[in-house]
Parts: sequence; C-alpha cells; structure tokens
Amino acid sequence: MESAKVGKNPITIRKTIVNNELGMHARPAAKISEIAGTAQSDVWLCVDVTKVDATSIIDILTLGAIKGTQVIIEIQDKADVNILNQILEFFEDGFGEK
Amino acid sequence: MKPSKSEQLVLKGISGAPGICIGKAYIVDREGVNIIKRYPISDDMLPKEIDRFKHAVTKAKNDHAHVIESLDEDIGENLTILETHMALFKDKMLYGTTLDTISNEKINAEWALRKVSRKVKALFQQIDDKYLQARVNDIVQVSDKIMAYLVGAQDIKICDINKRVIIVAHDLSPADASQIQLERIKGFVTDRGGKDSHTSIVAKSLNIPAVLGLVQATTAVKNDDILIVDGSTGTMIINPDEDTLFEYEERLARYEAYRAGLLRESHLPAVTQDGVSLNLMANIELVEEVVAAKDYGASDIGLFRTEFLYLDLKRFPTEDELLCKYKELVELMTPNTVTIRTLDINGDKVNPYLTAMEEANPSLGLRAVRFCLENEDIFITQLKAIFRAAAFGNIKLLIPMISCVEEIIQVKQVISKSILQLEQEDKIFNKDIPLGAMIEVPSAVIMADQLADHVDFFSIGTNDLIQYSMAIDRRNRQVAHLYQALSPAVLRMIKMTYDAAKNKGIELVMCGEMAGDPINIPVLVGMGLTNFSMNSVSIPAVKRLIRDLDAEKAKQNLKKIMNFNKAQDILDFILKEYQAILPFGETDE
Repeated sequence: MESAKVGKNPITIRKTIVNNELGMHARPAAKISEIAGTAQSDVWLCVDVTKVDATSIIDILTLGAIKGTQVIIEIQDKADVNILNQILEFFEDGFGEK
Repeated sequence: MKPSKSEQLVLKGISGAPGICIGKAYIVDREGVNIIKRYPISDDMLPKEIDRFKHAVTKAKNDHAHVIESLDEDIGENLTILETHMALFKDKMLYGTTLDTISNEKINAEWALRKVSRKVKALFQQIDDKYLQARVNDIVQVSDKIMAYLVGAQDIKICDINKRVIIVAHDLSPADASQIQLERIKGFVTDRGGKDSHTSIVAKSLNIPAVLGLVQATTAVKNDDILIVDGSTGTMIINPDEDTLFEYEERLARYEAYRAGLLRESHLPAVTQDGVSLNLMANIELVEEVVAAKDYGASDIGLFRTEFLYLDLKRFPTEDELLCKYKELVELMTPNTVTIRTLDINGDKVNPYLTAMEEANPSLGLRAVRFCLENEDIFITQLKAIFRAAAFGNIKLLIPMISCVEEIIQVKQVISKSILQLEQEDKIFNKDIPLGAMIEVPSAVIMADQLADHVDFFSIGTNDLIQYSMAIDRRNRQVAHLYQALSPAVLRMIKMTYDAAKNKGIELVMCGEMAGDPINIPVLVGMGLTNFSMNSVSIPAVKRLIRDLDAEKAKQNLKKIMNFNKAQDILDFILKEYQAILPFGETDE
C-alpha cells in the first residue's frame, strides 16, 4: 500500500460509493480484481489516503470499505477507460447484491 | 541476570466441561505453529524452492477445483465463495509477496508464506467493520491449504497428535473437536467459546475437562508448559508451584472417586424417593457415542444431531450414505428409541461449503428448518433416509427451530412428498413415526398450544431458547453471564410449553444442556417434566440426584420458586433447599 499522490502522468479518476449492505467483501473484491486484471496498465482503488492495487483481492479487502464508503477508482492509461467504467458500474449495481 | 523459572499464572475462563487434569500444553493454531520450521535457502537452491511453492499452490488449487466440481450444481451461491477462494490462490498479495519473500530473504517457502499471511492478518485487524474484518478467514483457509501441501501433510489434524497432552487452541471447530481422540488428550482450553457453545457440548460428550473463553490462553502458554485445567471452576493454571500441584492432585483424586461412585450407580432406575419414574436419555452426535450412552445408563437416544456427517464430508451426503449411518445407530439401539433431529445447519455450526450466503447474523438467519424448507432437495434426501432407517427400529422425527405453525405445515407437505417418492421408488420404509417440534424459539413457546395440534411431541431445546429469550449470544464473553437457565423468564417459558403439551396430551422432552445440570432438576421435576435428554456423561449425576429427590416436595417448592423474580434468588433457594443432595464437584465454588 502507498499513499495517494497526484501522479505525473495524466490519470483518470472516478468517485463512487459502496452501496451494498455487506460492504466490499470477498466476492466483490474477487470480481473487481478479475476486471482490473484485464487492464493494460495499473488500476488503483483509493479510500481516504490509502491506495491499493485493484488486481489484488487481499489489498482490496484491507480497505475495509463498508456501506457508504467513498472509493476513488484510478487508471493510469486512457486505454483502460473501459475497465474503469466496468468497475464503476459494478459499484453502482451494489455488486449485484441489491 | 538469569531468567527466573516461570512463575505460576492463574487464568479464569468459562467452564466448558467439568473435571480436573494436569499435563503438558500442546498448542494448536490454524497455522500449525508446531510443525513449521524456518531454514535458509542458498542462492542456487532458490529456483527450486520457488518451484516447490508454485507446485504446492497448483496442487492446492487443483484440490480446491475438485471440491467445486464435487458440489451439486443447485447450490450455486456456495460456488461463488469457493470461486473467490480460487482467485485468492493466485492473488498478488499472497502469491506474489510470498514468492518475493522467498527470493529476497532466502528463506524456505513455509516460513515465507507464514510471514506473509501474518502480515495480511495484521492488516485486517485494523479494519473497523467486524464483517469485513472476518473476511480474513477466507485468506487463512487458502493459505492453510497451500501450507498443507508445502509441509506434505493433508491437513494439520488434531487426530495426528500422539502425546498425552492438554490442547491449547484459539478455537476448536466442531470438526476439530470431534477428531479429538480421548486416549490422547487429557483436556483442552481455548481462547474463544462460552458456556453451552458447541465446543463445550463436544467436550462434555467426550468427558474431558475443558476451560473456554480464556482470551489469552494461546499467547500466555508455551508448548510443553505444565498446565492444570479445572473444568469445574473454569480455571487454568500455568506452571503451577508445588503447593498448587499437590492441592490439585488431591482434588483430582477426590473427583475421580466421586465419578467412580456415580458410575457404579448408573444402571439403577431413575426413580424419585416418592416413586415417580423419569426417563433419562442421551444426546449424541456420533454413532460411536452409543457405547458411552449405554454405559452411563441412558434409556434412549433423546437427540441425535445429524450435522456431523454434513460437516465432515464438506458436501451434502447422499440418501444412501445417510441411511447407512442412521440404520447402524437404530440397530444398535433397538428396541429403544432414537430421536433424529433433522439438519440444524448454520447458526454456530457454520460451514463455508453449506452457507449459501454470507449472513450478518447467522443465528437469526436461514438456519435449521428454514434452510431445509428453502433447500427442499436436501431436506427430502434426509427425510427419505430417516423413513427408510425407521424400517429397522424405533425412530422419532424431530424438526429444529420451528417458529410458527406454517412451518410445521410446510414440513408435513415435504414429508408427504418424500413418502410419495419412496413409494414410487419401491423402497422399504416406515412412515409411521412420531413427528416432533423443537421448542427453542420464544414464538414457538407462545404458540405451543396451537403447534401441539400438529405434532406428536415437543422437545425443548434450552440452549437456543435461553439465547433467544434473553437476546444474548452465548459465545460472547461479555454477555455470557446473562445466560442463565434458572432465569424466571426461562422457567416461565418452560412452564408454558409444559402446560400446552399437557393440555393437548402430547409428550414433552427437554433435550438442552439445562437438563444435564443437576441443579436444574428439582425445578423441572417440580413442574412435572419426566423426559430428559442430555450428554451421556451427565446422566449419572442427574440420576443420583433424582434418586434422592422427593417429587412432591419439589412440586411444593416450585410454587415458591415461581414467585422469585431474580435468577440469583432462585439459585440461592435451590442451593439451600437441596444442599444435602446436590452433587459435589460440579457446582462447588
């Protein structure tokens, strides 16, 4: 884990919120890492100042993001904007648990 | 300065099972501390070590894939949990970091994995949300599996322990506890667990002393420390001094003499001084416990818990597998009766392979009959096996967690379906067996008069009834003291159930832990209960008390007891009134 900092490279970020009852638990984390795993470049998730690798389930889980937590999704490469949108949609869908 | 010899340390926990033992500590934890060694790896051997780790991961992964394949397709939700585990095997943090640790620190794969999984655990401990914090278990399970392949063992199993030791564990799962081999284990202590937790039930049935809920047992104790475990008072003493050792050796001798005395009387009938005959039965979980049940003088099996086979196989058993177990049990007990309780899964017996969904509050969730009615195929499989086994002896069918009349009606519909299937399949079976409802939810007590119209008997499950009536989690140390069988509220619940059963002329059994503690017996006999089912080891002490008890006097005393409004007043009254006949040991201090 590393602190979030404004990168030198142009990055794209999206804010979203965890809105399922149980929070970002193992199954959603696995799904996110699966999506992020297909990206060309790094995909990050940030909560407050904690920034984690979105391809690692364990990293995602350690965010401890409960319902209502604001999460920032960050991509380093414009080519991954599709990935970003997929993850965003997954969040908005309440991880398919609503 | 030389380190002084370790000083005596006394820890107070919760009594899990009575008795005293003195022996050496053997620490079991999920990482299997006792068998993991650390050793350096030379540069030229590093690629080999990395391969060994990758190989173990692949094997564990394949093994896991196999589990997924062996599962029924209709339990799709379980699959997602298992598939999540699949993804964890190759997770960067676990897999990648372990590989890095091996090469950077030049250490063996086991130690690297352990280091990484410890680090992950520490990260999770910082999470505030209890539910998300508990997800660390998924990672622990996966890392345990890889570890098992690394060290070349299938699993780190308690049944492989070959010294006469006292087990010290953070927690023992029902499956762990059932693997304990009596002749090898003197006793056990755990950090977690409370009175009437599943661990305690198993300890009592195995008849070995246990202290639970010690919080810091696994950190305070080192392997091979000398321990005294006093299960009757819930005390553990680490590195006792000579005086303490001497004192406990004497107490141990006295306790054993007392047990031996009880055992000699255990074949005598359970009849009160004034001639009221009571029926003392055994609660069992394993067919193997029948021998102990008979030795301790049980007349019937009043409660056969059927979860074990499901937990043991980690998948749903087939009808024939179930039939085989039930038939064996029934034949062993013939001509006496076996009450088979249908699957009571979930609650405190959670199994990742069975729970369809993560529930925030499992004991209030989809458990027992609710689970069975939702998963009708699983229920039908078990019912068919029970009806087929009934062709070989006397069975009663008991349905757990009934909370309303609709449920028992639904159960009857599923029973009809099962019977229809058996008829179509031309199987040998017996459908004329008594149907009973467990009374363990307050709503069932309140509706008991109505429920009685639909069943042949009631069985009061006091463990859950107390838990649900008082709204306390019996495994939670902070509220465990509120778990009191002799609470006026609980006694009123029992009385209501008794009255309903009596008015409708159906049979009433009590099968919870409450029935196994002699101190509760005068109240229960005073109310008029005559059928008690308990852990076999409790039978001799209960029987002795009954043989000393005057039922008419107990009835008179009950009136006074029902007027008290505090559990402590009731307890004090009983202790004073029945001082002369209450047993030594179990209730002292």
